[in-house]
Amino acid sequence: MSNMLVKQDRLRIFGLLSPAYLWLTVAIFLPLSAMFYFSFLSEVPFGDAEWNFTTDNYRAFFETPTYAILLWKSIKLGLMVTLTSVLIGFPCAYVLAKTIQGRSREALFLLVILPFWSNSLVRIFSWAIVLRGNGVLDRTLNAILPFELDINLMFSTPAIVIGLVHSYLPYVILTAYLALQAIDDSLIDAARSMGAGKITILRRIILPLSLPGLLAGAVLIFVPVVGSFMEPRILGGRVGTYYGTVIEDQFVAVFNWPLGAALSFILLAVVLVILALASPILRKAQT
Amino acid sequence: MSTLILKRLGKIWLALILFFLYAPILVMAFMSFNDSQYYQLPFEFSLRWYQDLAGNSEIIAAATRSVLIALITTIIATTLGTAASVALFRFEFKGKRILQVLLFPPIAIPWLITGTAMLIFFFGIGLGRGTPSVIIGHVALALPYVIVVVTARLATFDATLEEAARSLGANSWTVTRRVTLPWITPGIIAGALFAFAVSFDQFVVSYFLSEPGDSTLPVLIYTAIRKGFTPEINAISTIIITISMAVMLIAARFSNFGGER
Repeated sequence: MSNMLVKQDRLRIFGLLSPAYLWLTVAIFLPLSAMFYFSFLSEVPFGDAEWNFTTDNYRAFFETPTYAILLWKSIKLGLMVTLTSVLIGFPCAYVLAKTIQGRSREALFLLVILPFWSNSLVRIFSWAIVLRGNGVLDRTLNAILPFELDINLMFSTPAIVIGLVHSYLPYVILTAYLALQAIDDSLIDAARSMGAGKITILRRIILPLSLPGLLAGAVLIFVPVVGSFMEPRILGGRVGTYYGTVIEDQFVAVFNWPLGAALSFILLAVVLVILALASPILRKAQT
Repeated sequence: MSTLILKRLGKIWLALILFFLYAPILVMAFMSFNDSQYYQLPFEFSLRWYQDLAGNSEIIAAATRSVLIALITTIIATTLGTAASVALFRFEFKGKRILQVLLFPPIAIPWLITGTAMLIFFFGIGLGRGTPSVIIGHVALALPYVIVVVTARLATFDATLEEAARSLGANSWTVTRRVTLPWITPGIIAGALFAFAVSFDQFVVSYFLSEPGDSTLPVLIYTAIRKGFTPEINAISTIIITISMAVMLIAARFSNFGGER
């Protein structure tokens, strides 16, 4: 009897889970495997093209310094965007979690998170409108300032950083907010009553306890920024060549898919190493 | 005394962040109502860019396609995701932890990698680019969100309610239909709205998977931005961002983004 029930349960579990996971297999896991396979081919194996197995695509990465330089450029961009977001996002999360009370907190929190759930392309486009030479920022500043100032941030690295920070800042505010909210206020009160100053409290209580949340937010920002290509393209123009844009080119312009697959896979390896290193922290932040 | 100053500074900081987040969007929307084709100021109110939109068959076709893809994605992802959440929540079994971890790749791996991998695979199996490929990709990206949101709602469910219903003589179908489903409905609605937003706003995967001349709205906008654009792009962008923010505001009513409550 109990055996039958278990069997029925097993069928039920299988029936409920298999459609979703079959879908993920076809759309995510098989494609990733196919890409790995592809990265060892000499030519795109469609039609009657001659192809054979080769490690040339990976060799290209290690022999041509361009790719490694661009990957490093992308990693630096990721670090810069992550650091900026953490530095400006943490105080904001702190104010939301500890200073503002009641219903207005919920509303403000929603306001901070909302842009994150809107179209990222449109938000990058909105910065293109703001930053263009003779654009809104230029005109506003020149109207306020007493001296003539020619600001044309468009097509520069700062423009890319601004756009990316705008895109991903809500991530770190969200994770830091959740971590800060979990800190018991009585802990802070106790420290204060025993004579701890503001800086001591920040350094000894608030920062260590919110660190997992902060780091989770940092990883969530860093990973997509390293793989970004649309933001540098739109806001960077000619200086917007990054590792991501080179991969994009292999697939939509140069049509060297095997090389693109190898470059994608190297990026995936970098991402996986970062996620693996961060996974203990991420797990801690989740609970 | 200094605490008061710090608090005030904190609030100013928050206000500055909100300004940073919303000002460019508002500027973009503002410019969609400006008459000048070259974004010249002073501002002259005009609806001409919205009128142009109405006559732009390419944009209308892309918009229709985007909405259709988002709706189909929502239906599939919500159904499959809800089923999976129920199993993941209700049963204890071997390999459950692995299955939960497998939900992360679609979220955590940069879309550039997943998108190009899908392009390769779909070409390899003969499906190629096109709307079916885009839908397959979008559903995979939306599934983890649906599962996370619905599971979160399930976690608040009081299992004794089911036991009570069963002890009162309800069979398992009746229990599911009359007790469990009504409780998790807000979670399912929120999950569906998330799925819609993921698909409707998705650019990267659509970009690699949609056929040239048969693209979704974000892909069309990307192409337009790179070719040189007019305030018409501001107009359609304003419409898009209004829709996605409205969808998320409604979703927030049904779930709370992991915040307190």
